[in-house]
Amino acid sequence: MEAQSIGASSPDGITRRLEAPSRRWGEKAIYLALALCAFLSVITTTAIVIALLGPAFGFFQEVSPGDFFLKTEWAPAQALFGVLPLVLGTLSVVLWGLVFAVPIGLGAAIYLSEYATPRVRRIVKPVLEVLAGIPTVAIGFFGVSLVTPLLQDIWPGEFLGGPPGFFNAGAAALCVGLMIVPIISSISDDAMRSVPSGLREGAYALGASKMRVALRVVFPASLSGTVASIVLAFSRAVGETMIVILVAGNTPNLTLNPVEPIQAMTAYIGVTATGDIATGTIEYDTVFAVGALLFAITLVANLISIRLVRKYREVYE
Amino acid sequence: MSEEFDPRTERTRLAVAGARSATMAALRDRPTGEAVRSRIFQALIMFAVSVALLGLAALLIDAFVEGEGSLSLNLLTEPTSRDADNAGFRTAILGSLWLIGGVILLVVPLGVGAAIYLEEYANRERWWNRIIELNIQNLAGVPSIVYGILGLAFIVRGPLDLGFVLAAGSMTLGLLVLPTVIIAAREAIRAVPPSIREGSLALGATQWQTVRRQVLPAAVPGILTGVILAISRAFGEAAPLLLLGAATFITADPSDPFSGDFTALPVLIYEEAKQAQPELRELAAAGIIVMLVVLLAMNSFAIWLRNRYEQKW
Repeated sequence: MEAQSIGASSPDGITRRLEAPSRRWGEKAIYLALALCAFLSVITTTAIVIALLGPAFGFFQEVSPGDFFLKTEWAPAQALFGVLPLVLGTLSVVLWGLVFAVPIGLGAAIYLSEYATPRVRRIVKPVLEVLAGIPTVAIGFFGVSLVTPLLQDIWPGEFLGGPPGFFNAGAAALCVGLMIVPIISSISDDAMRSVPSGLREGAYALGASKMRVALRVVFPASLSGTVASIVLAFSRAVGETMIVILVAGNTPNLTLNPVEPIQAMTAYIGVTATGDIATGTIEYDTVFAVGALLFAITLVANLISIRLVRKYREVYE
Repeated sequence: MSEEFDPRTERTRLAVAGARSATMAALRDRPTGEAVRSRIFQALIMFAVSVALLGLAALLIDAFVEGEGSLSLNLLTEPTSRDADNAGFRTAILGSLWLIGGVILLVVPLGVGAAIYLEEYANRERWWNRIIELNIQNLAGVPSIVYGILGLAFIVRGPLDLGFVLAAGSMTLGLLVLPTVIIAAREAIRAVPPSIREGSLALGATQWQTVRRQVLPAAVPGILTGVILAISRAFGEAAPLLLLGAATFITADPSDPFSGDFTALPVLIYEEAKQAQPELRELAAAGIIVMLVVLLAMNSFAIWLRNRYEQKW
């Protein structure tokens, strides 16, 4: 056994090596192929960044970043490149959408995790997730054909200005809100259910009511997951295209008023890049500049939500 | 018997009655502010759930009511046309099916390969593996229209230079749903218990033999479910295709992924929905019904598959 440290003696006295008889090149090739598949994701991200930044740099040589980020008029045809109206348009839809979706989504999550019987939960949760699977072009159509007319009919008064027109940010916000409710409810429900039941039982033993347990024990304990779901919903809402393009209109407008028509960043990209727009013109480059801004916003939101989800997973799992 | 201990004296009876009413008062179920608040809270959260469910119901009913008039088999057999009475979705449905076929071809090997690498081979302590993981999670949240920009810059033009063709659409949609497939496939692979792998390795199988003959067969239902969900997302996605020249009123059926114009069902619905003519709007609603029926069939199949082959270890 002195020559072969890894080996075994068989009864006939021949020392057999336990190492593989061949170098197993096939295994190594497979390993490389699989690693390449995983590495494709890094290539995709790099390609996205290059695709966006290349033309965006070209754009910023023509237009100063100060004008882009601070000027308040967006009309590329007249060489007005202040992106603020588009950003505010997106923000208007997203903020009003969150105002609608956060209470609904959190309420649904608390109901599913704390109140619903297992049978109700088994039915309601998948049905809510169906909502997440509906193509957004269908939700956009719903907005144009039902939500906007409904809003015009029931508009209460003058406190936000006149009744909403055919295109308005408010109806788009409701539709986007409907789209992100399942994101908030589903992830928050998961986070709430991962709160150990010992915490709940302790609170019940001290005489707390169900509401108190839900609001003072479960909700704070699941806060990082809940916030993650809201941040993720924000990121989805910012990137949503078909709803805003159909419902909110295509008029750049520096306002957060939900009755006004606006143009969101995604809608600008969608409308502009559809046309027969010539490569190399400054108008073509605006698509990439706005796209880069969109990508940056969602990147920050995604990283925050990934962080937060990890946190609650680490604590309780 | 002394006076003091007689249980029937007035003093004892008073004391017992007092203690009893104090205890009952403390324990009795009475409507306090807390109980009322609790009820209101429960009503509020049930209201929240019903708003979400009603929104879904309203959406479905609205599409049906608006599109009912156009529902006929013509929708499936007639090509797109400016004439709303004879217009159908045949070219768009075929375009979508071609796109989806391409997505499947791309996404299944790449997604499953990446998932196997991350679950079975990658060492999580290494920084590059952690980067890949973070990267995939972020890609899952990148807006679809940004993928459209990527497709426009790199696949339609740029290095690949395919032009505005079906294959470019498939590749872009494939990249868009790849993170979804990877994440679902990883969950499925992780659900296979380690003892299966250890048993196989102990019998002398190599790592790849273990993955191919033990882990993958056990994980197939979960992977398929994820793939179907990803495909249904790709099927309903319109935004990136707007940038990839899914031109609209095409009357010729698609036949070659690398040449010729194409259109897809959600893009055509969008084009019709934004028109002012009521006939086209009605057609859009009918198209939405067709799209939702296809999606419902796909999702039901995914759920059936999951229930049928779900394994409890």
